[in-house]
Amino acid sequence: MTSRAISFPWTKRKHREWLLFGLLVGPNLALFSIFTYWPLIYNFYLSFVRWNFLRPTKPWVWFNNYIDTFTDAKFWEIMGNTLVFTVATVGGTLLLGLLLALLINQPLRFRDGARAIVFSPVVMSGAVVAVVWSYIFDPRYGLLDQILGWVGLNSPDWLVDPFWAMPAVIIVYIWKNIGYAVVIYLAGLQGIPRDLYEAARVDGAGAWAQFWNVTLPGLSPVAFFLSVTSILTSFQSFDIIKVLTNGGPVNATSTLILFLYELGFVSYDAGEAGVVAMVLFTIMFILTLIQLRYLERQVSYG
Amino acid sequence: MTTREFEYETVVGPAPRADARPRPRAMRWLGYLAMIGVVIVIGLPIYWTLIGSFKLYNEIYRVPPTWFPLEPTWQNFPDAWNAAPFGRYYINSIIVTALGSLSEVALAIMSAYALAFVRFPGKNYVFIILLSALMIPVEITIIPNYLTIARLGWINTYQGIIVPGAAIAYGTFLLRQAFKALPYEVLEAARVDGAGHLRTMTSVVAPMAQPAIVTMALLSLVAKWNDFLWPLIVTNTADMRTLPIGIFWLRDQEGLVNWGVVMAGSLFLIVPVMIGFIWAQRYIVDGIAAGAVKG
Repeated sequence: MTSRAISFPWTKRKHREWLLFGLLVGPNLALFSIFTYWPLIYNFYLSFVRWNFLRPTKPWVWFNNYIDTFTDAKFWEIMGNTLVFTVATVGGTLLLGLLLALLINQPLRFRDGARAIVFSPVVMSGAVVAVVWSYIFDPRYGLLDQILGWVGLNSPDWLVDPFWAMPAVIIVYIWKNIGYAVVIYLAGLQGIPRDLYEAARVDGAGAWAQFWNVTLPGLSPVAFFLSVTSILTSFQSFDIIKVLTNGGPVNATSTLILFLYELGFVSYDAGEAGVVAMVLFTIMFILTLIQLRYLERQVSYG
Repeated sequence: MTTREFEYETVVGPAPRADARPRPRAMRWLGYLAMIGVVIVIGLPIYWTLIGSFKLYNEIYRVPPTWFPLEPTWQNFPDAWNAAPFGRYYINSIIVTALGSLSEVALAIMSAYALAFVRFPGKNYVFIILLSALMIPVEITIIPNYLTIARLGWINTYQGIIVPGAAIAYGTFLLRQAFKALPYEVLEAARVDGAGHLRTMTSVVAPMAQPAIVTMALLSLVAKWNDFLWPLIVTNTADMRTLPIGIFWLRDQEGLVNWGVVMAGSLFLIVPVMIGFIWAQRYIVDGIAAGAVKG
C-alpha cells in the first residue's frame, strides 16, 4: 500500500502530507465516531441502567436488563419471528432468484427488459411498496382476493389474521427484493467461462451433469456473497413491516428492529432497548465479518 | 439429451452471444414462460395501483373489483395532493437526498483517495476503523443518535435528518478499490506535470474512476430517497416529513376511507423513481452486478 503512494516534490515534508491525510479522512472519521461508534458504546452503557429517557438519574442495575429481556417470553417470540422472517425471505429470494436466473440465462428476446422490470421494485421505497400491497391484501376489495377467487379460494384477512400476517410480510419482501438476486445470479452465470462447458461437453456431460459440475460450482462464490448480503438486508428490514402490520397483530410480525423501535419510541425503556441493540450488534458483527472475509478474497486477485 | 444438443448446434450454427450455450428448444420456451410470469407478478401490483388511482370512490368499493376503471377520473390526484402536503414532501425529500448523497460521495472520494495514495503512519488502522463501521447496523444507533440530535436542538430540522447519515463506509471501501486499480503510470504522469494531491484527486483520479463513482452515487441517491426509519423518528411535524413518511401517514389517514386517493399518492412516489430508474438503469443494474462479481 505504501509503495503505491505518490511522492510529490512539494510534499517532501512529510508532515504536510500527514495533515492532508487528516483533512481528507477526518470528516468521515469524525462523523462515524459521533453517530456510529458513540451510539454503540452508549447502547452498551444503557443496557446496564434503568432509564425512561426523562428521569434525571440512571440507576445502575448490573445485568438485570439482560435477565429481564432473556426471561421475557415476548423477546423469544420476537427472536423466533426474526428467524422465520429472515430464513423465509432469504431462502425465497435465493431459490426463486436462482430458478429465474437459470431460466432466463439464454439468448432470449427482451431479456434485458425483463431483468430491468424484475429489478425495478428494488429501487422503490419500502414504505410505498407496503402501502400499495396493503390495498392488494384488502380481503374484500383487493387484487389478491380477486385472484384467489378464480381458483375458488377466499382471501384470508391477511394483515389482521395472526397466522397470515407473517406470510403476507414475507411475500411483499420477496416481491420487492427478488430482482437483486436475479441480477447478481445472472452476472455470476455470465462470469462462468464458456470453455468449462465446452470441456464438459467434450467429456460427454449432458445438460444435467453440466449444471451440477460446472454451473453450480461456478456460481458458488456469487451465491455466497448473495446469501450474506441478503441476510444482512433482510435482518435489518423495517419499513415494509412497519407500514404493513406495525409488527402486529399483537406481536405476530414483530422483529428485533421493530422491537427496538418500540422500546425506544413507544414504551420508553432505554435499558431493555440497550440490550436488544447489543443482541442486534452481536449478530450483525458475526455476519459482517463473514462478508468482509469474502470481499477481501475477491479483491485479492482483482 | 446430448445428441439433441449436438443436433441443435449443427442446425443453428455457433451461438451468437457469449452466453448462448446450445440448449434444447424446450428450455427456451421455459425461459420465455419464466419471463412472462415474472413480468406479470411484478407488473400486476403496479397496474393495480395505476387503475386504483383512476377509480372513483364507489368503484373502488365494488365487489368484484373492476380491471379497468369504468369512469376513469383524475380527481384522486388533486385530492391526494390536498390531503397531505406533497409539495412540501417533495422539497424535503429533494433537499435531504441531494445533500445527503453529495456528502456521502464527497466524503467517500476524499477518504478513498487518502487511503489509497496519501502517506500516513498507521494508515491501515484508519482503514480498519472506517471499515468497522459496517458492522454497526444503523438501526441500533437510532436511540443514542436521537438523544444527540435532541441535545444539539436539531430535532425536526434538515441537519437533524441529514448529518447522522452523512458518512459512508461501504462506498469508501469500494472507491478505494477502484482507485487502487487505476494505472499507476497516469498518476506518475500527473506528478511529473507538477500536480499536487488535491489536483490529482479532482482532475485525474475522480474522472478516471467515474463509473465506480457514478454507481456509488446512484445507490446512495436511492438509499437516501427511500430512507424511512430515521426521518420517521427525527421529524415530528407534517411540513418536515419526506415522501416515504408522508405516504405512510396518508395511508393511515385515508387507507380505510379511500384507496383511490392513497394509490394516487403512491404514484407521486413511484413515477419519479421509475423515470429515474429507466434513465439510469444500466449504471445501477450493471454496477451492482459488477460489484458482486469483481468485488
